[in-house]
Amino acid sequence: MLQMKHLSKVYRTHMVETHALRDFSIHVHDGEFVAVTGPSGSGKTTFLNIAGLLEEFSGGEYWLDGVDVRGMGDDARSRLRNEKIGFIFQSFNLIPDLNLFDNVDVPLRYRGFAAAERRKRIEEALARVGLASRMKHYPSELSGGQQQRAAIARALAGSPRLLLADEPTGNLDSLMARGVMELLEDINRQGTTIIMVTHDPELAARAQRNVHIIDGQVTDFDAEPRLRVPTRDDRAALAAV
Amino acid sequence: MFAYYVELGLRSLKRNPVLTALMVFGIALGIAASMTTLTVMHLMGSDPIPWKSDKLHYVQLDNWSAEQPYSDDGRPPDQITYRDAVALMQAAKADRQAAMFKLSLPVQPENPELKPFQALGRVTHADFFAMFEPPFAHGGPWNRDQDAGHARVVVLGKDINEKLFGGQNSVGRTVRMDGVDYTVVGVLKDWKLRTRYYDLTNGAFAEPDEFYLPFTTAIDLKQRSSGNNSCWKSSDDGWDAYLESDCVWIQMWVELDSPARLAEYKSFLDDYVSEQKKLGRFPRPLNNRLLDVTEWMRDQKVVSRDVEVQTGLGFAFLAVCLVNTIGLLLAKFTRKSGEIGLRRALGASRRNVFTQFLIESGVVGLSGGLLGLLLTVLGLIAVRALYADYKSVAQLDWSMVATTIALAIVSALLAGLYPTWRACQVAPAAQLKTQ
Repeated sequence: MLQMKHLSKVYRTHMVETHALRDFSIHVHDGEFVAVTGPSGSGKTTFLNIAGLLEEFSGGEYWLDGVDVRGMGDDARSRLRNEKIGFIFQSFNLIPDLNLFDNVDVPLRYRGFAAAERRKRIEEALARVGLASRMKHYPSELSGGQQQRAAIARALAGSPRLLLADEPTGNLDSLMARGVMELLEDINRQGTTIIMVTHDPELAARAQRNVHIIDGQVTDFDAEPRLRVPTRDDRAALAAV
Repeated sequence: MFAYYVELGLRSLKRNPVLTALMVFGIALGIAASMTTLTVMHLMGSDPIPWKSDKLHYVQLDNWSAEQPYSDDGRPPDQITYRDAVALMQAAKADRQAAMFKLSLPVQPENPELKPFQALGRVTHADFFAMFEPPFAHGGPWNRDQDAGHARVVVLGKDINEKLFGGQNSVGRTVRMDGVDYTVVGVLKDWKLRTRYYDLTNGAFAEPDEFYLPFTTAIDLKQRSSGNNSCWKSSDDGWDAYLESDCVWIQMWVELDSPARLAEYKSFLDDYVSEQKKLGRFPRPLNNRLLDVTEWMRDQKVVSRDVEVQTGLGFAFLAVCLVNTIGLLLAKFTRKSGEIGLRRALGASRRNVFTQFLIESGVVGLSGGLLGLLLTVLGLIAVRALYADYKSVAQLDWSMVATTIALAIVSALLAGLYPTWRACQVAPAAQLKTQ
């Protein structure tokens, strides 16, 4: 799904050069749930931004779903981002003067779907995150957890292959965080690849693989997927057995 | 996507009503200032008879003194003498021709309830009506035979017919002017002329003529022109001496249907003046002119320098308003950096962002244009109230309405270019983290 080889990212000013990523290699397979951890300033967000085609990289290779993204123009990168990637941010990033329906509609507009197709996808996405009855609500009328669910619906509406989540539970209390995490796990189970940056070791432990970044380099990467910590659904399923 | 962007633009306007109001009002003020002055200038200078303005030519002959030119820039006199007008009319070398002068006469109404009043009219030839095409409500013009027969006939303007006959069909009735009875042969409808282009020597924006009399008849009755009269040497006393003098007081127009006919007529004028030189007239070098309607209007500076300067100032004010709008748009778009970053993350290309924000600028421009249109109408009402002469040209026509809206939108788009370009430079990654 995502493969970076010897990737580097250098921020240059007239005074200094900062190496945000150096000799950075990673390979995330289809359907994986990868947690990215590391101290502040280690390069986690830079990795996520490059993975999400929001930033250019200085050197190396990056293949996204079989596409070499080196040297791509802005239009092509935007189209690829729109079609393949969904974003979930720590601070939700919903547009305050659009209701949930219109917020979820934003990426679909750029995709060029017809009105009927967009409506169908929006309704399905909001239903999937349990907000079908809140379509006409504005973000300010929702709790933090609901806003993050709406943001997830927006990320899902375009049926992306890859979901990039940057501290998705960072602004939520533990109850809401658990709900959001379970939703992400559910999405992953249905085949969407997820890469999640987190500071929380407990959340990281629930991912199939962990990547640890220090000083812009991968210092620890689970070679093989490992068993996830059972979710509440898993436990319920086990209990039923 | 266009409709989506327009919708986003409208939402954005609603989001910051104070900022929006400042931008819209700023553009509206600039548009109103520039369009009010431009409308006046446009209508002053617009072609009053576009379907034949290139066929109607104003005749100028330089009969002025050998010692001193009529004007420093070498232009010949702007009117001709009676004897030249008669000679040219009798030669009848043009397809149509009409000499004319302005005349003020006392009118004595039949109706005893009406007091006598002074009316301003025009003395001319039958071809005047075919050449300048005033619209008739009743009857029609007199004919060339009536010119030759010195007929005592009159064509009335709408207002004087309203005054004398209550607006009824007065053809066949009699009007007494300066003690002479004239039979009404035609009554005009309201002849809406922005500029009275056929007689610019007596004020381009004067009121329409109230009556029209045959040239030959007025001369028979020794009616002197009420318009401008210029002489370069004194003449003997008396009516006949005045007619024979080198004083210029007659305007003359000819209609020539083709460039070939124009060349022929020009040649005829030169021959005529050469002949007159042999008789001791026309001491100056040949300097005859045949200017068409628009050339004549330019020559007579119908659009004055003052009006051009006012229009320039109007547009300078619009430029100031646009600079203000650029600042406000910059502030508005900067506040939306977070949303821009988000939209970029969700798949918007720079081109999408550019289009969205340029359309938002256009929406501001359209709103400013509509308000500016209203202010322009008010501005023109003020111009009409302040300058009675500009009554006919301080009017908004459809072309100027369209120009107003288009100018507002183009102005706002220009003002929006830099802020929009800046919006496109927003680095999405940085914005998303700082949201």
